[in-house]
Amino acid sequence: MFTIDKYVVAESLEEAYELNKSKRNAIIGGMLWLRMGRKKIRTAIDLSALNLNKIDEDDESFKIGCMCTLRDLETHENLNKSFNNIFHKSLKHIVGVQMRNLATIGGSIYSRFGFSDILTALLSLDSYVELFKGGIIPLNEYVNMPLDNDILMKIIINKDGRKAACNSHRISATDFPVLTCAVANKENEWFVVVGARPMKAKLSTFNLNNNYEKDDIDNAVLKIIDNISFGTNIRGSKEYRQILADALIKRNIDEILNGGYYAD
Amino acid sequence: MQIKLWINDKEYVDDISPDTILLDFLRSKGCLSVKRGCETSNCGLCTVLLQGKPILSCSTLAVRANGLKVTTIEGIQDEASEFGGFLADEGAEQCGFCSPGFIMNVIAMKNELKNPTEDEIKNYLEGNLCRCTGYMGQLRAVKKYLEKYSDMKKGA
Amino acid sequence: MRYVNKPVRKKDAMSLVTGKPVYTDDITQGSSLVVKLLRSPHAHALIEEINTERAKKVSGIECVLTYEDVPESRFTTAGQSYPEPSPYDRLILDKRLRCVGDPVAIVAGLDEKSVDKALSLIKVKYNLLEPLLDFRKAKDNEILIHPEDNFVSLVEVGADNKRNLCSSESMNIGNVEEELKKCAHVIEETYHTKANNQTMMETFRTYTSIDAYGRLNVISSTQIPFHVRRILSNALQIPKSQIRVIKPRIGGGFGAKQSVVSELFPAIVTWITKKPAKMIYSRKESFTNGSPRHEAEIKIRLGADENGIIKAIHMYSLWNAGAYGDHGPTTVGLSGHKAMTIYNANAYKFDFDVVYSNTMGAGAYRGYGATQGFFALESAVNELAAKLNMDPTVLRMNNMLTESSVGKTMPTYYNEELKSCTLDKCLKKAKEMISWDEKYPCRDMGNNKVRSVGCAVAMQGSGISSVDVGAVEIRLNDDGFYTLMIGATDMGTGCDTILAQMAADCMDCEYDSIVVHGVDTDLSPYDTGSYASSTTYITGMAVVKACESLKNKIIDAGAKKLGCSVEYADFDGKSVCNIKNNESISLIQLANDNYVGSNNYLSASESHYSPTSPPPFMAGLVEIEVDKLTGKVDIIDYVGVIDCGTVINPNLARVQAEGGIVQAMGMAMYEDIIYDRNGRMLNDSFMQYKIPSRLDVGNIRIDFESSYEPSGPFGAKSIGELVINTPPPAIANAVYNATKVNIRSLPITGEKVMMGMLKNA
Repeated sequence: MFTIDKYVVAESLEEAYELNKSKRNAIIGGMLWLRMGRKKIRTAIDLSALNLNKIDEDDESFKIGCMCTLRDLETHENLNKSFNNIFHKSLKHIVGVQMRNLATIGGSIYSRFGFSDILTALLSLDSYVELFKGGIIPLNEYVNMPLDNDILMKIIINKDGRKAACNSHRISATDFPVLTCAVANKENEWFVVVGARPMKAKLSTFNLNNNYEKDDIDNAVLKIIDNISFGTNIRGSKEYRQILADALIKRNIDEILNGGYYAD
Repeated sequence: MQIKLWINDKEYVDDISPDTILLDFLRSKGCLSVKRGCETSNCGLCTVLLQGKPILSCSTLAVRANGLKVTTIEGIQDEASEFGGFLADEGAEQCGFCSPGFIMNVIAMKNELKNPTEDEIKNYLEGNLCRCTGYMGQLRAVKKYLEKYSDMKKGA
Repeated sequence: MRYVNKPVRKKDAMSLVTGKPVYTDDITQGSSLVVKLLRSPHAHALIEEINTERAKKVSGIECVLTYEDVPESRFTTAGQSYPEPSPYDRLILDKRLRCVGDPVAIVAGLDEKSVDKALSLIKVKYNLLEPLLDFRKAKDNEILIHPEDNFVSLVEVGADNKRNLCSSESMNIGNVEEELKKCAHVIEETYHTKANNQTMMETFRTYTSIDAYGRLNVISSTQIPFHVRRILSNALQIPKSQIRVIKPRIGGGFGAKQSVVSELFPAIVTWITKKPAKMIYSRKESFTNGSPRHEAEIKIRLGADENGIIKAIHMYSLWNAGAYGDHGPTTVGLSGHKAMTIYNANAYKFDFDVVYSNTMGAGAYRGYGATQGFFALESAVNELAAKLNMDPTVLRMNNMLTESSVGKTMPTYYNEELKSCTLDKCLKKAKEMISWDEKYPCRDMGNNKVRSVGCAVAMQGSGISSVDVGAVEIRLNDDGFYTLMIGATDMGTGCDTILAQMAADCMDCEYDSIVVHGVDTDLSPYDTGSYASSTTYITGMAVVKACESLKNKIIDAGAKKLGCSVEYADFDGKSVCNIKNNESISLIQLANDNYVGSNNYLSASESHYSPTSPPPFMAGLVEIEVDKLTGKVDIIDYVGVIDCGTVINPNLARVQAEGGIVQAMGMAMYEDIIYDRNGRMLNDSFMQYKIPSRLDVGNIRIDFESSYEPSGPFGAKSIGELVINTPPPAIANAVYNATKVNIRSLPITGEKVMMGMLKNA
C-alpha cells in the first residue's frame, strides 16, 4: 500500500523543486499510478496552486500547463481544430471520462510510458517540454532522457502547419493499445510515430516529393518498420505488431493525403 | 492534516492522514453509496462529482478536495430518483452495485453535453463498467431520460 | 394474469438506484476486526516452518492463525446439495499449498495498517515443489496435487487423488464407432476454452459476529446461504445449529458466489475470538483466488451423412479443476449432456476427465460447463456445414430439437421427456431479425472491411432434476397483505420480484400487497439457493403451491365465518363469498379477526422439487465486421431469440439475456486468465483483464418465442444461464464466414484472425 507522511501544496516552483530533490518525496500529478504502487512517500508535492492548469494559445504555439488533465486536452476546441482532432482521438480510449478528469498531461509525459497514446500523438507534432531548470527541450529528446528531479512545467506545441492523423489497435475499446500510431505531414516532410511496440513511442521521418508513387509510400513505411524494434507482451506478438504498424501507418498517411475513411 | 470541504453542500472540517483516499473519507462520513470495485481506476463504481466534474474517488486523495465541493448520490436524491426511475423501468439496475457511480456520471454527462448522440453517450459513459446488464438497458434508460429533457426544451 | 408476463419494476429498484446502504459492507459499519490473508507466492509448496511471533506482537493484532490452528478434516467449498459431488479436498489452512495465493495464514486486527504490518512480519520457510501447471499433463502425472490420505469423495464420480483425478466418467448410447464408419462426413477437431472470471462488481465479502445466543452470525454476499451454513459447520466442526447466515442485497454473483470463498476466514476468527470480523476481498484476490470457469479442452468427432443429417457425436472433455475440485464433477457433465442433447443422432459417446493442477481452483460460472461444451459442439457443427457447403442455419433446422420433437425422450438428457420447445421458431425469427439470408455469409464493405454473420443454438436446464428444493412460506398479515418468505437468493437478477409477481397473481391481489424478504437461514424456508437456473422454475412452483395452500386456508376460514360449507365459499382475492347467498367477508376483516382472540393465524408452507429439468432454448446470430489488414473483429449486431417458456417479467428476462450475451462476448474475444511460468496470474486486475465496456458490444436485440412448459409455474422455464452459451461459437462462425479462418481456441483475438488469414493466403 502506498503511504504519504506529509502533503505540501507548493507555493512556488522553487519550493517544489527543492522538495523534489529528495528521492523520498514525489510530485503528485493525477496520482493514478502512484496510488497503485507501494511507494512510501515522505512529502507529496502538489503543483495545483502554481497556475499550471491552463492551455494558453498565441499565434505561434499552444502552451499546456503540466497540471492540465487529459480531459482538458481532449475537449479543447482550438487545440483539436489546429491538429486534426488528434488529441480527442488519441485520448478518448483511455479508461473513461472520470479517469481523464484526473490524469494530468505532466504526469503522462514525465513518465514516458510505452503504451502512451498521447506521447505518440505529441511526438508527431513540433512539440517541446519546458523544464523548470532544464529549459525548453524538444520532446523527441526528452523522451530518451532518464527520469530526473526536474519539474516538467509545460508542453509547447508549435503551430507549424502540420496535418496530423492518429490511430491505434486495441483488443477492447478501453484497453491499453497493442500499438499506437501518429503521422504528421508538413510540405514534403513526414513524421511517423509508432508507440506501444510495446516499448515507448519512436519518431521516424521520411520525405515524399511532389510526384510520388504509391510504391514510394510503401517503401518508406517498410523502411521505417525495418528500423524500429518491436516486442512481445500479453497483448500481442512482435510479428503481429509489425503487421499492425504497416496497416496503421498507411491508414494515417492515407487519411492525411485523401481525407481517409477512418476518421472516427 | 486539516482539511475543509463540502460534501453535498454540508461543510466538514476534519483532521486526516495525508494518504486518506477520498472514497474512504466519504464512506466514513456516511456516504455509503460510494463503492469500490477495483484497485486500478478502471471500473467507475466510485464516481463522485468534484466541483461538478465526475472523478474517481478511489484515485483521489481527500486533501485534493480541500476547499472544494464534493457531490455524491446522497446529495442529489431527486435527480437520482428521476433517472433511476427510467433505469428501473428497464430492469437495468440489476444488482445495483454499479448504479450510484453510473448515475453520477449520467448526471455529469447531462450537465456537460448538449443533445449527445448515441456514440457520444457511449463514449462519455465508457468508464462505467457493469457486469449484469450488457449495457443495452442502461442505454435505453439514458436515451429516454435525455429525451424527456429535449422534449421540455422543445416545448419551451 | 395481472402481473405475470408484465415488466414490473424490481421490488428493490428504487433503493438501489438512489444508492441506499443495503450491501454487506454497508450494513456492517462500526468496529469489527479486519481480516486478511497471507497468501502463497508459490504454486506448489509445503510450509516447513512458520513463525508468527513478531506478527502477533504488532499493536492492534487480535489473532494470527496457521494450519496448526484449524480443524484437520477436509470439506468442499462448493455450494451443492449434500452429499456434494465435489470431493472433500480442502482445509481452512493447509500445510500443502497448491496454487499461488493459497492461504498460508489468517491475520485479524483492529485496522488495515496493523494487519498489513503483521502480514509482512510472518516468516515462512517453504519447501518448494515442482508445480504441475499444464492440465493436459495432469492425469497420472507423478506430481500429485492431493496426495493426502484424508481426501474423500462422498459421491461416486470417478475421483482418484492418486491419479490427479477429480472426476472421470464415460457414457455410451448406441454405437458411435459403427455410426462414424458409415458417415460421409466426419469433423474431428479439438476446441479449447479458457478460464474466465465472473467479475461481479461486488467482490467476495463476509461479516461475522456472535449473537446474544452465542451463535455464529454470518452476513455474506452469497448465492447459497443454506449451503454456507453446512460448509461452515463442516469447516469449523461446529453444529449447524450454531450458525446463522444472512444474505443482504448482493452485487452480482454469476456462480462465483456459489462457492464459499470469503466466509471461512472471518468465521474462524470470530469463532475463536468471539469478536466481530470482516473480510473484503480485493479485486486482485477475487481474480487470483476466486472461483472461475473451468478451462477445457474438448475433442469432438461429429459424423453426418451426405445430406448433412447428423448420425453420431463423440465428445471428450478434459477439464481443469485447478487446485481444488469445487464443481468439477458436475460442470463437466453439462459440457456433454447439454450440448449433445440439442441434436438428434443415432449414437452418442461422452467421456471426461476432470484433473487437478497447480492453478487456481475453479468453480461455477453461469452456463456451468454447458458454455464450454456449446463452443466446441456448435463450432464443430458450423465446420460440418462449411464442409457440406451448407448454410449452418439450414443444417441446424434439419438436425436439432424443434417443436415437433415435443413428447420425445432425450437419451443424452437422462431420458427426460421434452415437454416444450420452440427452438425452430427461435432460429427462424432470429434469421428474420438479422436479415440472415441477405447477409450470409459475408459482404465486402470496401476499405478492407468485411461484414459477416454467424450462428449458434443452445439450451440449458431449469434446476437440477430430483436434487434442487425450493421451499416457500406465505403468511396472511393483518389488513390482508402477505409476507412471502423465500430462501432463494436474489443477486440482482430480480427473483424477489418475479416470485412476488407470481404470488400476486396466485392470490389475486396487488403486487404491492406481497412483501418479500432477503434470506436468513434462521427465518427463511429452505432453498438450495440461486444457481443451476432453478429459481423461477423450482422456487416459482413452490410459490404456486404455497399460495394454493394458503388460498384453501383462507376459504376454510371464510366459510367458517360465513357459516357455509367450503364448497360454496369462493375467494376472489378481496373477499370470501358464500355463492349461495352472496354474503361475504372481506379479506381485511378476515385477516384482522385472525389477530384477535383467534386460533386462525393463516400461513402456508410448501416445498417443491422437480424430477425433470426442462431445457430453455435459444438461437443466437451475430453480425461482425472484420478488418482484413489487422484481423480486428468488431461486433455490429447480436440477435438472441429465446424460448424460456412463459416470460414472467419481460424486462428482467431481456436484461438477463443482454447481460449474459455481453459476458460471453468477453469470453469469446478477450477474457482469458493467463499465468506466468511459475503459475502466477498475470492479468489480475481490471486494467489487464478487460471485460466488455459499452463500446465493445455493438447492438443487442432480444426477442422471445415462448413455449409453455407444463411442469413450470405459469408455464415458465429458466433463462439465467442459457443466454451465455451462444456468443463464442456464433462469433467464431462469423469470423470463419468472413475470413475462412477457424478459431478453435478462445479468445478470438485479432492476432489469431490475422495470422490465420496470412496462413491461408
